[in-house]
Amino acid sequence: MELTVTDLAVGRGGVPVLAGVTFVLGPGRALVLRGPNGSGKTTLLRTVAGLQLPMAGTVAGADDRIAYAAHADGLKAALTVAENLRFWASVFGQSDIAPALAAFDLEDLVDRPAGRLSAGQKRRLGLARLMVTGRDVWVLDEPTVSLDAASVALFAEAVKGHLARGGSALMATHIDLGIEAETLDVSGFRAAAAEMDAADEAFL
Amino acid sequence: MRALFFRDLALALRAGGGFGLGLAFFLIVVVLVPFSVGPQSALLTQIAPGVLWLGALLACLLSLDRLLAVDWEDGALDLLATSPLPLEGIVAVKAAAHWVTTGLPLVLAAPVLGVLLNLAPSGYGVLVLSLALGTPALSMIGAFGAALTVGIKRGGLLLSLLVLPLYVPTLIFGAEAARRAAEGLDSGTPLLLLAGITLAVLAAMPFAAGAVLRVNLR
Amino acid sequence: MSLWEYANPVKFLRLSERVQPWLWWGSGVCLVVGLIWGFFFTPDDFRQGSTVKIIYLHVPSALMAINAWFMMLVASLIWIVRRHHVSALAARAAAPVGIVMTLIALFTGAIWGQPMWGTWWAWDPRLTSFLILFLFYLGYVALWEAIEDPDTAADLTSILCLVGTVFAVLSRYAVLFWNQGLHQGASLSLDKEENVADVFYFPLLVCIAGFVLLFLALVLYRTGTEIRVRRTRALMARETRGAGLRAEEA
Repeated sequence: MELTVTDLAVGRGGVPVLAGVTFVLGPGRALVLRGPNGSGKTTLLRTVAGLQLPMAGTVAGADDRIAYAAHADGLKAALTVAENLRFWASVFGQSDIAPALAAFDLEDLVDRPAGRLSAGQKRRLGLARLMVTGRDVWVLDEPTVSLDAASVALFAEAVKGHLARGGSALMATHIDLGIEAETLDVSGFRAAAAEMDAADEAFL
Repeated sequence: MRALFFRDLALALRAGGGFGLGLAFFLIVVVLVPFSVGPQSALLTQIAPGVLWLGALLACLLSLDRLLAVDWEDGALDLLATSPLPLEGIVAVKAAAHWVTTGLPLVLAAPVLGVLLNLAPSGYGVLVLSLALGTPALSMIGAFGAALTVGIKRGGLLLSLLVLPLYVPTLIFGAEAARRAAEGLDSGTPLLLLAGITLAVLAAMPFAAGAVLRVNLR
Repeated sequence: MSLWEYANPVKFLRLSERVQPWLWWGSGVCLVVGLIWGFFFTPDDFRQGSTVKIIYLHVPSALMAINAWFMMLVASLIWIVRRHHVSALAARAAAPVGIVMTLIALFTGAIWGQPMWGTWWAWDPRLTSFLILFLFYLGYVALWEAIEDPDTAADLTSILCLVGTVFAVLSRYAVLFWNQGLHQGASLSLDKEENVADVFYFPLLVCIAGFVLLFLALVLYRTGTEIRVRRTRALMARETRGAGLRAEEA
């Protein structure tokens, strides 16, 4: 099943940022969003993930299929690595966390409280969470922040594995992961001034 | 849902979760009362049910501002919102965990603190019963308040301002039941009304809180 | 021609500016006539003497305190269902007016109560309910002030208003229940329907009309201000965007 985004307009604080975004993401495919800071990548990803409503257009094929990961990993410092993962696994109705631990080289850290991990280790744990959701569309916002080269390689492997299993990934990143992926430059979709004015039109 | 409930319990029990803080606060409030009104046991007996209810209510309020704010700040709330759990369920479960870690200990500690305030012997049973019936409503209403203020920095004070007026009916019926029992009167009516309010709150409030949370996550 | 056309801020402003002078003048005339009539041309009450005359401020302000909340409730519902900005802004505009009305009712009540009951304040059910209403108003206004994004604020305050209404009504009955054991509420409060004779009644009606018109005028005025604030915001946003675009082109 494909994720189909049609003529999507997204906004921050009621002001359109991007408009007319259209793409199709099929099984086994990855799409990398590019664009300068503040160009609306995060807003687009949040809208696709269903965290905010589109201002116009549609997102089809996203219901209960999205695993979202943003800058914040939602880790609990007082829980161990295994407990954090197991919690997310059971929220998504899964139980097996071993592959995720293996894929992100967290096996030696399972009993360590997440609060005592380094920034990179936390990030790896946050990304390992994706693998225990059992969801097939990964929506990732700057997934490689604070990862070293070896960890980025681990992450790239995990994404490749996910794609090979028929999953798909939509991510905003500046790093070349060595994954065969299409790119979409969001700066081409910047909402025109006319569309921006439409938001507050009633008051003008 | 169950996983979320047990995770919240585990977080509350471990270091930094603030478990027992509400209980300690309750104890301190009750200890301070005789200092402020005087040690006459007749006076203390008279005000004991009300003071115990007010103390429990304030102790309940104490931990509310962290109820959703922690998950909001570390991003877990975003991730939960994209999970299969409905937001209404998430709020309700978190309120339930809040009750188990805050409300329930207060209910159990109330009789002990009743001794300190020289509570009339006939009042103990109904005091515990009324707290057991009323505190779930306090947690659920509080969760609504927490959902309202989750996006606001330093929203704790605002949370109290919003939630305390909503506590009025629960406090009135709860304290009234305990007071009547302590005076040897029949407390059936206020207890029934209290139970009614709690049931209505538990049934309807998760939807209001879920709607508010959805607005805040936008 | 539908009523909803006035949900458009510009149309609303145009109409409201036409209506406002009438409201201001109407309320001024009604209040002056009603208060002078009430204060100077009605006999003293056989029991309460001239203190009874504070009724001409107390009753209308109490009425408007409740009606303002009711108006906010309706406006909140309209915002939730139809998402007209004017509706949310009108609810926001009405709240401080409601607060002032509640305060007037509470203070005039205290001034009236002192000679009558020998105390400034008693935990009479009606007084207590007004105090609780005052707290609800405070929370509502504080929430509006605390949130930056206007639409988010409108959504949250609307839901708070709905929930608050349910709890305000609940509190009213809880307070009635709670007070039975302490006082007989009826003997403390003067029931206007039964006690007020016609001589007092007609000037009271004029005063109430004056307060209603004053409330409408204030709410329209304040809503106009809120709309202009939003308009300024929108214009400034357009200005900065325009500047940004020009800078890029250059």
